[in-house]
Amino acid sequence: MDELPNDLRVRVGRLLAEHDPATTGRQEFLGARFDEGLAWVHFPPGAGGLALPYEFQPEVDRLLASAGAPENDMRRNGIGLGMAAPTILRFGTPAQVQRFLRPIWTGEEVWCQLFSEPGAGSDLAAVATRAVRDGDGWVVNGQKVWTSSAHNARWGILLARTDPDVPKHQGLTYFVCDMTAPGIEVRPLRQLTGEAEFNEVFLTDVRIPDEHRLGGEGQGWAVASATLNNERVAIGGRADARESGMIGVAARTWRERPDLRTAELHGKLLRLWVESEVLRLAGARLRQKLAAGQPGPEGAALKVTFARLAQQLTGWELELLGAEGLRYGEWPMVRPSSVDLTGRDAGYRYLRARGNSIEGGTSEILRTIVAERILGLPAEPRPDKGVPWKDLAR
Amino acid sequence: MSNEPTLLYTDVEGALRAGVRKLLDERCGLRGVLGCYDGDRSLVTGLWRGLNRELRLSALLVPEAHGGDGGSCREAAVVLEELGRVVAPVPFLTSAVVGTTALLASPAPAAAVLLSALAAGRRTVTLVVPLAAGPGAAAGLDIRVEAGELHGRVANVAGALEADVLLVPAARSGESVELWAVPAATAHIEPVSSLDMTRQLADVTLPGVPGELLAPAEAGRRAVGDALLTGAALLASEQLGLAQWCLDTTVDYVRLRRQFGRTIGSFQAVKHRLADLYVEVESMRAAARHAATACGGASGGASAESAVAASVAQAFCGTAAVHVAEEAIQLHGGIGMTWEHQLHLYLKRAKADQIAFGTPGSHHDELARLVALPPPV
Ligand SMILES: Cc1cc2nc3c(=O)[nH]c(=O)nc-3n(C[C@H](O)[C@H](O)[C@H](O)COP(=O)(O)OP(=O)(O)OC[C@H]3O[C@@H](n4cnc5c(N)ncnc54)[C@H](O)[C@@H]3O)c2cc1C
Repeated sequence: MDELPNDLRVRVGRLLAEHDPATTGRQEFLGARFDEGLAWVHFPPGAGGLALPYEFQPEVDRLLASAGAPENDMRRNGIGLGMAAPTILRFGTPAQVQRFLRPIWTGEEVWCQLFSEPGAGSDLAAVATRAVRDGDGWVVNGQKVWTSSAHNARWGILLARTDPDVPKHQGLTYFVCDMTAPGIEVRPLRQLTGEAEFNEVFLTDVRIPDEHRLGGEGQGWAVASATLNNERVAIGGRADARESGMIGVAARTWRERPDLRTAELHGKLLRLWVESEVLRLAGARLRQKLAAGQPGPEGAALKVTFARLAQQLTGWELELLGAEGLRYGEWPMVRPSSVDLTGRDAGYRYLRARGNSIEGGTSEILRTIVAERILGLPAEPRPDKGVPWKDLAR
Repeated sequence: MSNEPTLLYTDVEGALRAGVRKLLDERCGLRGVLGCYDGDRSLVTGLWRGLNRELRLSALLVPEAHGGDGGSCREAAVVLEELGRVVAPVPFLTSAVVGTTALLASPAPAAAVLLSALAAGRRTVTLVVPLAAGPGAAAGLDIRVEAGELHGRVANVAGALEADVLLVPAARSGESVELWAVPAATAHIEPVSSLDMTRQLADVTLPGVPGELLAPAEAGRRAVGDALLTGAALLASEQLGLAQWCLDTTVDYVRLRRQFGRTIGSFQAVKHRLADLYVEVESMRAAARHAATACGGASGGASAESAVAASVAQAFCGTAAVHVAEEAIQLHGGIGMTWEHQLHLYLKRAKADQIAFGTPGSHHDELARLVALPPPV
C-alpha cells in the first residue's frame, strides 16, 4: 500500500486547517479527529473511521504527529483504547457505539477491566460475580481483583455470571459497568513497586441497565475472548519505530554512559537489540495480516516475547547501572493516573516488568493457547468440562 | 512509499513457491539427498538442471536486459524457503544469488556476458570466499594478481564443486580487491568432507592461472560486499524453510506418538516447547521477509537499512534455526538420533548456515557499528 487515497489526504489537511494543533485544546482536537474519521480509519464512518484498510492508519498517524497534533494516551486509557473500543465496535449496538467510542478516543472517559477475581485468574471462565435480571436491568454482586486504573475509570468492562446451572463458559454475560454507580467500592492494592496501580473492586447490588449489556445473554465468553485477543495485540504488537519501548531506554543508557560498559553486557545488549527489532517486525507483520479481520490467537505469541524481553532488558539495565541502579525513586503508596512501563527509574522498570508475564494472560496460559489453537495440539485435561458451574469444586 | 512495505507474501510469490515446491516434491527425494553423504552426488546436477530448465531459477535475479527474469530478492527468498524445506543440494544461493549479485555490481563487459550465460542456464558460478565470510569480512586477500595471473588458495568454499566459472576476489597490491572470472577447470578444486554434505565445501587453489577482470579495485570491493550482504540477507529465508519443516514435522509427530496412554503432544511440557518454537519461527519469518525486502536485488546496491536488516536477520535466524532443529531431534526421542530419519540433514544444514555468511557474533559486531552501540573502550 503506497499512497494515501486523495480523500484521506484532504481530510487530514482539513482537520489541521480547521483545528490548528498549536491553538486547539487536546480533547477538542482529538474529538475533531474522531469526527473526521481519522481516529481508526478501519472503523466504520460515525465510529471514528472511514471503513478504509488499516494499512493507511500509520501514515495518517505520522502526518498528524509531524504537524504537532496531540496523541491520545495509551498509558492513561490503554484498556479503553486497546480493548473496550474494538470490543464495543464488534459486539455493541449502534447506540452503544455512538455513546462510548468518542469519549474513549478523546480520553474524556477512562476505562477499566473487571474480569479477574480471587477465584478466577487464569481460569477466567470460572468468574463468580453474579448478575441477576431485575426488570429492565440487572443487579450485580461480587468481587473483582487486580483491576488496573479502576480508581480513574468512568466505565468498566465486566464479565459476570448470569446462569450458574450451565457449564462455566456458557453462563457468562458481558456488561459495561458505570464505575460511579451506587454499590461500587474501589480499594487500592499496593504493588511490589510501591504504587497502587491496581485495585480490588467490590460490587454490592449494583444496577446495570440492560442497554449496557454487550453481546447476548450467555455470550460473555465469546465477547471476553475478543477483548483478550485485542489486549494481547495491543500489548505485544504495537506499531512502533525501531528502538521504541524498553530497548530504546536501554540503548540510550548505553550510549550516554560509556563509563559503565562491559564486554559481557555489550554482548547481551546486542542480542536483546536484535530480538527487540525482530519482535517489532513480527508485530508489523501481524498487523498487516490482521489488517481487515479481528485478532486471533497470534497476538498471544507476540505477548510472550514482549514480556520476556521487557524482563530481560530491565534486568540488564540494572546490572549496567550497578550501584546507581540500586537507588530507587521513592516508596510511598501512590495511585498513579497512568500505567507507564518505561517510566520512572530503572528499579521501578525492573519491578514493574515482572507483571508483564502475568497481566493479560500469563505466559504459561499463552503458550497453551498457541499450542492448542495455532498448532492444533491436544487440549489440556479438563475435569470441569460439561459440569454445571454451580457443581464445580471451589 | 509512504507505508511500511508488506512483510506478507504476495500472490506472485505464492505462485513461484508452488512451482518450486511441486518440482522439488517430485525430484528431490530423501534418498538422493542422503546420497550426498555417501559419495553419490548424482541428484545434484540433474535437479539443478531441471530447476533451471523448467523454472529458470538461475535467471531469476538477472535483469531482463541480460535475458533474465528481473525478479526481486523477495522472490529469491521464497525459492530459498522451499529449497531449505527439503535441504536441496543445489547451488541456487551460491550461484543465482551471491554470484549473480557480484556480477551485477561488476562493470566490465565480461560480467554482462556471464550474466547472460547464467540467465540461459548455461553457466553456474560461485564467489571464491570461505562460506563463513560475512558482509564485513576482508575477502580476497588470499589470492594475489601477478602479471595477469591469479595465485593463492581459499579454503572452505561453497558452490565450487558445482561451478564452471569461479568469481575470484583478488588483491593486486595492499588491500585493494578486484574481482576476476576464472574457468573452474583451470583451478584445483578439492572436495572437503563437510559437516553439511548437502552444501559441500571445497578448497580452491589457483596455481597462477589467467582470468578475465570483472571489476577493478574499488568496484571489486563493492561487488564482493554486495554479494555477501545479499547472501546473508537471503540465507535467513533458507533458515526459515529449514525451521518451518522441523516444526511442522515435530508437531505432526507428537500428535501421533503415544506414551503413558496419551499422545506426547498432550503433555504441557511438550506443548509449551512447541509454542516457543512457533514463536521463534514466526519471528524468523518477520526478520527474513524484512531482510529480503530491504535488499536491493537486481535494482541496485546496498543501503544502510539493508545492512542492518541483513545482520538482524542473520544474528537472529542463524541461532533460531539451529535451536528449532535441535529441539525437533529432542522431541523425536531415539528416532531423531537415527540416520534413517531425515532430521539430521536439517540439523547439519542449520548448523552450517549459522556459521555461513558471518556468525551471529560477527553480525552483532556489525550491528554495534551500524546502530551505534559501541563496545567498551
Ligand atoms: C500488573 C497487573 C495488572 C492487571 N490488571 C488487570 C485488570 O486490569 N483487570 C483484570 O481483570 N485483571 C488484571 N490482572 C490480572 C491478571 O489477568 C491475572 O493475574 C492473571 O490472569 C493470572 O491470574 P492469577 O493471578 O489468578 O494467577 P493464577 O491463575 O493462579 O496463576 C498462578 C500461576 O499458575 C500458572 N497456571 C495457572 N493455570 C495454569 C495452567 N492451566 N497451566 C500452566 N500453568 C498454569 C500461571 O501461569 C501462574 O504462573 C492484572 C495483573 C497484573 C499482574
